[in-house]
Amino acid sequence: MVQSLDRSQGRIGGGAANTTAGPVSTYTGNRALQIEEPLIFEMGQPGRCGVDLPEPSKVKDRLNGLKRAGEIGLPGLSEPQVVQHYTRLSQKNYAIDMGVYPLGSCTMKHNPRINEKVARLPGIGDLHPLQPVSTVQGALELIDRLAHWLKTLTGMPAVAMSPAAGAHGEMCGMMAIAAALEARGERAKRRVVLAPESAHGTNPATAAALGFTVKPIPANDRGRVDLTALKAALGPDVAAIMLTNPNTCGLFETEIVEISRAVHEAGAFFYCDGANFNAIVGRVRPGDLGVDCMHINLHKTFSTPHGGGGPGAGPVVLSAALAPYAPYPWIVKDDGDTWRVAEDGAAVDGKPLGRLKAFHGQMGMFTRALSYIMSHGADGLKQAAEDAVLSANYVMASLQDVMTPAFEGPCMHEALFDDSFLKDTGVSTLDFAKAMIDEGYHPMTMYFPLVVHGAMLIEPTESQAKEDLDLFVGALRALAERAKSGTAAEDFKAAPRFAPRRRLDETLAARKPVLRWRPSNNPPEGDPMKQAAE
Amino acid sequence: MADTKYTEEHEWIRVEGDIGTIGITQYAQEQLGDVVFVDVPQAGRKVAKGEACAVVESVKAASDIYAPVTGEVVEANAALADSPGDVNAEPMGKGWFFKIKLSDKGELSGLMDEAAYTDFVKSLG
Amino acid sequence: MRYLPLTPTDRSDMLAAVGAKSVDELFKDVPASARLPGKVAGLPDHLGELEVERAFQAYAAKNVSPSTAPFFIGAGAYRHHVPSTVDYMIQRGEFLTSYTPYQPEITQGTLQYLFEFQTQVSLLTGMEVANASMYDGSTAASEAVLMANRITRRTKALLSGGLHPHYRAIIETTAHWQGYSAVSAKADAEGLEELIAKVDKETSCVVVQNPSFFGHVRDFTKLAAACHAAGALLIVVVTEVVSLGLIKPPGEMGADIVVCEGQSIGNGLGFGGPYVGLFATRDKYVRQMPGRLVGETVDADGKRGFVLTLSTREQHIRREKATSNICTNAGLCALAFTVHLTLLGEAGFRRLAELNHAKASELADRVAALPGVKLLNDSFFNEFTLRLPKPAAPVVEALAEHRILAGVPVSRLIPDDPSVENLLLLAATETATEAGLAPLIAGLKEVL
Repeated sequence: MVQSLDRSQGRIGGGAANTTAGPVSTYTGNRALQIEEPLIFEMGQPGRCGVDLPEPSKVKDRLNGLKRAGEIGLPGLSEPQVVQHYTRLSQKNYAIDMGVYPLGSCTMKHNPRINEKVARLPGIGDLHPLQPVSTVQGALELIDRLAHWLKTLTGMPAVAMSPAAGAHGEMCGMMAIAAALEARGERAKRRVVLAPESAHGTNPATAAALGFTVKPIPANDRGRVDLTALKAALGPDVAAIMLTNPNTCGLFETEIVEISRAVHEAGAFFYCDGANFNAIVGRVRPGDLGVDCMHINLHKTFSTPHGGGGPGAGPVVLSAALAPYAPYPWIVKDDGDTWRVAEDGAAVDGKPLGRLKAFHGQMGMFTRALSYIMSHGADGLKQAAEDAVLSANYVMASLQDVMTPAFEGPCMHEALFDDSFLKDTGVSTLDFAKAMIDEGYHPMTMYFPLVVHGAMLIEPTESQAKEDLDLFVGALRALAERAKSGTAAEDFKAAPRFAPRRRLDETLAARKPVLRWRPSNNPPEGDPMKQAAE
Repeated sequence: MADTKYTEEHEWIRVEGDIGTIGITQYAQEQLGDVVFVDVPQAGRKVAKGEACAVVESVKAASDIYAPVTGEVVEANAALADSPGDVNAEPMGKGWFFKIKLSDKGELSGLMDEAAYTDFVKSLG
Repeated sequence: MRYLPLTPTDRSDMLAAVGAKSVDELFKDVPASARLPGKVAGLPDHLGELEVERAFQAYAAKNVSPSTAPFFIGAGAYRHHVPSTVDYMIQRGEFLTSYTPYQPEITQGTLQYLFEFQTQVSLLTGMEVANASMYDGSTAASEAVLMANRITRRTKALLSGGLHPHYRAIIETTAHWQGYSAVSAKADAEGLEELIAKVDKETSCVVVQNPSFFGHVRDFTKLAAACHAAGALLIVVVTEVVSLGLIKPPGEMGADIVVCEGQSIGNGLGFGGPYVGLFATRDKYVRQMPGRLVGETVDADGKRGFVLTLSTREQHIRREKATSNICTNAGLCALAFTVHLTLLGEAGFRRLAELNHAKASELADRVAALPGVKLLNDSFFNEFTLRLPKPAAPVVEALAEHRILAGVPVSRLIPDDPSVENLLLLAATETATEAGLAPLIAGLKEVL
């Protein structure tokens, strides 16, 4: 009890917020730890440099007369300036390392540092992808070990490791489906891909890029695929269904086995978007659900860091029907104990669809993911999935009287709410989310999936302690109650107040795009030092 | 007096002679929010009734604009490139998108007049 | 399990709050036929950190680390020194464990460095605008062709014989499955290819590489003019971005799209990934670009800030009409690139390029003096092609047995062409030393 009282000090009760209101100006424009930071291009000085490199030996250049003339325009900064600049910038970011990051569909779970350490070991992090294979046997074995885990956890016979991210994996999987159809002589005839309206945008984007026509399939009032409508849509023109399971509403597709049976009976393939594999890993094998291929976002389920938008990795597990079409390279174990990379044109036990990425895929992500997987083991992965699902259900149960769950539970790893609890309050989903920022949280995913009005998708993950979930729930309850009081709309519209920046003018950014610094760009507020002095 | 007709996709067309001026309605611009970009068809392009021939974008959405009638584009509103906000300020005035030479004025009879469109918008709630 | 904060008491309290008797009840929507009775069979249980680290050390011990051997490999990935500051900065949790900056109020750190990155890429390539990164150079090249097809409304890409074979394979794969045409010139080790005559009214783009896969440095100004006269675009690929410190940038040769592998700056070799793709073009084509873009704006108090912008090109809004399906890209690798390039600055970047060129010149002179060895390049930056008196692959294998990592046999990447069997690609960067050079020369003498 003492602990929870301590935690509430200065947070709950509203007094603290009001006393800091009103304009505060400082000479620098800074606010304590919040330091205003110029662009590197506004800081550089000729004669400064952050590296010491030796004088090159004098050689006659062999550049075919194409030596670069004129300044490039890069600023010169010393090392301490660079460290301070990027440290200050880092302090303007929210991160998993700081607290609850409930971004639904993104799986913002803890990123263990051992994964970073092993990815940087000499002999792993510094290998060249084209070293003689005799000098990289351990690296090939490592990739195969991860492949073994991925195949076993999904119950699938093969995996293509090279895709660089989820969307790239989708492209790989859908190309494999196209290849299988081509082999059957049905590619010209099967031009339709079915996808629910709740699908991630990458699904229709991928299918359309491959020349498929995307047809939406409706959901029923339980937030699942309408099986009758699906069966009606299945015909000799359908190539595949692209389905996320657990779906983007955070629900398990209860009729998934019937769905895959119907898809296969119609001669089509079942592409599963594995973005939400985290909810079921170690408990359910997608292979047992009739999946033909599924990409696995290593940066979601297996915790490779999101890094402000990548890098990711999107290996694709494949059924026996699709396995022969896996793209180059293939990592093959020869007789004896030797690993080999089968590269473009090499004979393999299949008909590779081509190549999707230079070299062998996102090795740095493979290493981190394998480290995460070995740390958890079969027992820990199962427990993590269960804790993720339990946490989401706990959040949903704790909020259902003040917010409005979009569908009846239990949910899987994420809890979906609509905005009907905000009806007539003047507060929108966006306002509600921005108010969360002032409470010290990253907002949940908003306005996705598209099938729910004003959607709010909360994914707590397995990484949060119950005390932290309770504080988070308390904050959301307080916000919901304040919104419903009917008097706080203006307050919500003004949020966030305490973030490094208040709401940004996205219309201005899009109407008059400024996409790079130029010497003529003047910061809109002028020189911050001068402004503060005025 | 020019005759203005409306579509269920919230486009308007105002016809003078055999030239129709096309834009989006007040209701449509309200739904979109701040318009940041309009991709208009080039003069000379032949479009069929119902064909997607322009795109209007807000920060978070992009909507296709469908030709309300068949014909040939004779002029696009070049001013929108610099001031897409005209679509919000005067959707039926200087926020027009393009002009079209109608192939078949008979197609107009399938469109709504102002009263019918007003009722249609009301029915959307 | 050290990563899981919930205690058994927490779990039972939470189940009670949810109104479930057991966690199995929460999984009741899973069809009975797919419910596993326990853990997934055949996999080990969790390990402590020490055991995990040992397992990876064991994998590492089975490889030859470039830091322990004479090293002269390039062919699209280059070994450079990365300052300690870079790796420290990208491991700050605020960068490492943040998501795509969809909430700009609390992700100005990411947004501002991406804006700096976009500016740096524009400056290096001599182009007007750059995006916030692609997966890597190879996938960026394929996206560039798709973009050219959209702009020109044509579907025939011409690929230079100097293009990296993996890049070519990716473009061809994409062309095959997405239904356009990619016409590849034969791999040309001498670098004398003539593309201008092949450009016609159906050509959407010509894809060239500078320096080429074989190391040649070329001026594409005339090719650019020929492309533009035919209504086609010129795409220039750069796989060694350090070369832009010394070589006239593609933007000054008339390129319409420039894509680079950015790995050389800030990013380790990492056995092939993750790397960072740079993608730059002209202002007039910005709405046809793939990937994310960061733009400058102001906040409600009028202060400068940054946001993701022109997002209506992207899959999460445009769905099947998006310019690309790309979502996650290479944010953290872009940070590594930006921090390293900021440390280098104008003077350091140029110096780094000069060092690379000087080291490679010395290497070229010394290997070309070996009996029977012919240097095929009149021009190069930090990598060149040798014709050996015998097949290159066994030579490289033999040297590997002496723990000398002596370049890439061209036949590894172009296996179907007997004319390249004796060709060896050698690269030298600022990391090359006499202590590495001497054993290479001695080793080559021995095995040739």
